[in-house]
Amino acid sequence: MCHQSVGLIQGVIEKGGIPTVSITLLREVTERVAPPRALFVNRPLGFPLGEAHNAPLQEAIILAALEMLSIELRGPALREFPEFKRL
Amino acid sequence: MASLTDLSLKYRIFMRTYRYRQTDWSPGAVLRKPLARARVAVVTTAGYSLPEQSPFNDSIPGGDYSYRVIPDGSDLNSLRIGNRSDAFDSSGIEADKNLALPLDRLHDLARTRQIGSVAPRHFSFMGSITAPGRLVSRTAPEVAAMLREDEVDAVLLTPV
Repeated sequence: MCHQSVGLIQGVIEKGGIPTVSITLLREVTERVAPPRALFVNRPLGFPLGEAHNAPLQEAIILAALEMLSIELRGPALREFPEFKRL
Repeated sequence: MASLTDLSLKYRIFMRTYRYRQTDWSPGAVLRKPLARARVAVVTTAGYSLPEQSPFNDSIPGGDYSYRVIPDGSDLNSLRIGNRSDAFDSSGIEADKNLALPLDRLHDLARTRQIGSVAPRHFSFMGSITAPGRLVSRTAPEVAAMLREDEVDAVLLTPV
């Protein structure tokens, strides 16, 4: 239920005027909750920034997410973190 | 690989049949300044709390919709984890709190001028909320107001 909670909190903050982006590990759930912007990180639940103690990977995921904040939204924006793309 | 098929049967059935709530956030906001000048805050649903804060209560029916303010500069190693859902593997966030609340990473990014600054306050919720009414009507708006008070430009949210 984490993904629904994140999407709902995100929607409230975005509505309040601050641009938001979330990480998602469950693409299917995020598609149904439809938050403003989400970056799909193809890793198990519990690992939103990829790996423990892997600072370069964590930073790369954070930057890929934050780069989505300049998107002018026409609807929900969902991208996939390219290094973990599903084959 | 996290997808619905990896979860145990009980969660799969729940997630397929549950009616997910959405919020109406349209038309949406947009970051109008370079990231290198933006103040960034994090909101996580890892259920982190500081030792001096009351822990999250997983016996509240429908889920604990409260939140904890995590001041920037808090000792990440001291955070306790309230989200004990067996739907996810907590070994990663036990080993490295930055995996869900990346305050050390944000400070690294601020030092190298890839973001402007790190917000003074960050926020932790408990994720396992099946009845999110009061989350949407009460606690999430309180957090949104504090983020505006802190003049935050950008918010990153992380589930676990």
